[in-house]
Amino acid sequence: MNTDSVSRALETPDERQPYAELGMKDDEYQRVRDILGRRPTSSELAIYSVMWSEHCSYKSSKVHLRQFGTKAPESEALLVGMGENAGVVDIGDGWAATFKIESHNHPSYVEPHQGAATGVGGIVRDIMSMGARPIAVMDSLRFGGADQPDTRRVLPGVVEGISHYGNCLGLPNIGGEVVFDPCYIGNPLVNALCVGLLRKDQIKLATAPGPGNKVVLFGARTGADGIGGASVLASATFEDESQAKRPAVQVGDPFMEKLLIECCLELYQADVVVGIQDLGAAGVSCATTELAAKGTGGMEVNLNLVPLRDPTLRPEEILMSESQERMMAVVTPDDIPAFMAICDKWDVPATVIGEVTDTGRLVMTWDGEVIVDIPPGTAADEGPVYERPFHEPDGQAALNADGPERLPRPEDLREALLTLLGSPNVGSKEWVTSQYDRYVRGNTVLAQPADAGMLRISEVMPGAQETTRGIALATDGNGRYAKLDPYTGAQLALAEAYRNVAVTGATPLAVTNCLNFGSPEDPEVMWQFSEAVRGLADACRTLGVPVTGGNVSFYNQTGSTAINPTPVVGVLGVIDDVAQRVRQGFTAPGLRVLLLGETREEFGGSEWAHVVHGHLGGLPPQADLEAERGLAAVLTEAAARGLLEGSHDLSDGGLAVALAESCLAQGVGCTVTLPGEDAFVELFSESAARALVCVRPEAFDAFADLCARYEVPCSGLGLTGGSALTVEGVLDVPVEELREVHASALPRVFG
Amino acid sequence: MSAARVGVVTFPGTLDDQDAARAVRLAGAEAVPLWHADHDLKGVDAVFLPGGFSYGDYLRCGAISRFSPLMTELIPAAQAGLPVLGTCNGFQILCEAHLLPGALTRNEGLHYICRDQRIRVENTRTAWTADFAEGQEIVLPIKHGEGRYVADAETLATLEGEGRVVFRYAGGNPNGSLNDIAGITNEAGNIVGLMPHPEHAVEELTGAPSVDGRGFFTSILKRLVNA
Repeated sequence: MNTDSVSRALETPDERQPYAELGMKDDEYQRVRDILGRRPTSSELAIYSVMWSEHCSYKSSKVHLRQFGTKAPESEALLVGMGENAGVVDIGDGWAATFKIESHNHPSYVEPHQGAATGVGGIVRDIMSMGARPIAVMDSLRFGGADQPDTRRVLPGVVEGISHYGNCLGLPNIGGEVVFDPCYIGNPLVNALCVGLLRKDQIKLATAPGPGNKVVLFGARTGADGIGGASVLASATFEDESQAKRPAVQVGDPFMEKLLIECCLELYQADVVVGIQDLGAAGVSCATTELAAKGTGGMEVNLNLVPLRDPTLRPEEILMSESQERMMAVVTPDDIPAFMAICDKWDVPATVIGEVTDTGRLVMTWDGEVIVDIPPGTAADEGPVYERPFHEPDGQAALNADGPERLPRPEDLREALLTLLGSPNVGSKEWVTSQYDRYVRGNTVLAQPADAGMLRISEVMPGAQETTRGIALATDGNGRYAKLDPYTGAQLALAEAYRNVAVTGATPLAVTNCLNFGSPEDPEVMWQFSEAVRGLADACRTLGVPVTGGNVSFYNQTGSTAINPTPVVGVLGVIDDVAQRVRQGFTAPGLRVLLLGETREEFGGSEWAHVVHGHLGGLPPQADLEAERGLAAVLTEAAARGLLEGSHDLSDGGLAVALAESCLAQGVGCTVTLPGEDAFVELFSESAARALVCVRPEAFDAFADLCARYEVPCSGLGLTGGSALTVEGVLDVPVEELREVHASALPRVFG
Repeated sequence: MSAARVGVVTFPGTLDDQDAARAVRLAGAEAVPLWHADHDLKGVDAVFLPGGFSYGDYLRCGAISRFSPLMTELIPAAQAGLPVLGTCNGFQILCEAHLLPGALTRNEGLHYICRDQRIRVENTRTAWTADFAEGQEIVLPIKHGEGRYVADAETLATLEGEGRVVFRYAGGNPNGSLNDIAGITNEAGNIVGLMPHPEHAVEELTGAPSVDGRGFFTSILKRLVNA
């Protein structure tokens, strides 16, 4: 077989190249030719095509995402912002947290188990590459209707993939979401979040400085994973048809990843790493170009040295392979023996494949011939940027005009509550979460079904014993709200995650997001995207929480039908004394039950309209961000002063569902009286900026004063106790009946 | 008097070693890290084999670990009376090493299960259970995909006849284990293996909503101090 070397490219300037099959446009290909002053070699074409793909280059979203920077609020906590593998936040006492959420949607539809598993693996390596110990994961999942046949294929596979991979890694899974809606039937969303901990002064970055430093590839060997694209190159260039059939979905090995985690932590501790990058999408192409572009500017790599699982791989395939559990480090020559010894201890294969240079060129050889010779920044940072056209969808005004006011209200509110409580979206998620290890490593303070997951810091790593702090994390997103109004919908997603962190007693600090949308080439989808980003950036500024990073997932559509726009927002918060954490719901009898916030008649996009009427129309609830801020201030201060015995945020299904879930938390009932006239609105409206809390009677005055200080409405509803949820004059349900209905929602469908 | 020294073994893929060491320390003993590749028990007074996915659970859970250098030291020491506790993957390793009879197979429901489980203490004469009362019900988390205890009829009869079933699941069998068996011991009572996780139930703030796991560590400590 001939190798398509640089010299061959110069000799055959007019050879036809399969750039279109690799997803490149004519003008993009021409730009590569202009940059290089010749046609690219097939290896160079492989690099540019993956690095300039939507997934790696953010070419359609970049112009919008800039708002997260330009509108970012002042934040002393932000140590590393967008553009690195993950953002890093100062959590005090010399410690920092790094966290990020990322999508693995399409692979999870094709092969649910491996797609979801490698989604976890990828985000964990992002966190490792910041120099951190990964300490927990969460998953935000969206599936088609629970009763649709394909959901029974996709959901069990996804859950098993997350369960197998995450459990094997020894990372507690502390929260997330599971949401069903027919709009996701051909396009499930699997968004995986990981959080890690590191000392503030030991952040690692993806950079390759220092000519003469060695480039080490370590972890799993490289195989033919996820290189469907590269096979086009192989078969077109080398006339080898047998190469054309390659698996498109990567296969994960969590055991190797666990070894990589422990190995990396020991490498960091030994201080033998100058720069580090994980290998995810675009594999070696991405790692080498990004490391080189951010370092001294040059790198030489001998691709023959890459350890292969499949010895028949061609250089183009090696460059594009997405084999999992691999990392690339830059190491000084003096540190190489120590580096290799640590890898050896953990049975992690490691190989020097190249060296940092100061030439400003990324040069790769294969069988002694130069097959890549490019300025790395042109692939890593200077990809195409598109100002895609967008306009409001044709049916948007009609959708907003079709409000829920026309829907007949339920006559029996008890039945309405039980209907909601037993629906897949509101019902217990234990069928899913019981497959995840939430206890491993022994630092889990709160996990699902708590509003936010919480971890203690002191025992995560050596040297942290002195701190009393904890971190809290929540993810939220409501595609129905965003469909009705993407600007407000994105703000509501942030508001809910922010509120969920605050109800545990933690102060929200920073944001990560995963923006799941249809095709950016559809101007109506692009409008949804631009509105959502604008809304989220504005809300982050108002709430004072910066975006630290995240991920965009486009093309979540089947034919011309896109999913509901689904911005998923993760919020990280800190609690000064983790022992002051507030548990969910009614934690004891004899406590006063209080409703915080204002209830309006807001049913657009509500769970009630969805479950009872299959209706989506009107406008979502208002996003009152000042009210959210006040509410969070009350909750965190009350927690720190020990005034709260329990709490729960109000969201899907409103007060009725929040009361029921609060009873279920510890099996303690309550007797309450609704403050307003209209019981249906009081119970089922989904007005934001509200929470339910319970306080000891003697703490009530102090708590009420606190609410007055922050101008947060506080209504006394009644008392906890008994074995039933009683709303005076409206409904009365034994807690056991609530539990049966709630618990059976998913087993009824999934066995 | 120096503190009792309890070794905590780490294989590649062990996950609960940090929890195990913490539980040992909270009980007042010294936790001594033991590395799978060393032929060295470091003179410890007892050994804790924690849970995880040693060697990725490849081949069979615990099947590779039993051949590690450390296990070649541990097996004769345990046979000679060294107290050994194996939880979850540690239990699987003890069975693979034939220090305990029977095997752990895939859960009946075919799913990994993580939940807080009621367990009845059946035998308080072992090195690790003296601080419990016979018939006492405790709550410990379980978290496993392959925890279904099986053995041939003769072995089961022997275990039952000699009172070597140490723990039984109560309030529902989560994995299809024969005779609801959650944990067993050897004839001498120095080796105990169980699927539930006492090390995740030792603190009020974290882990399971129970501190019933403390009994394992207070039991072994008293035994070692009085020895």
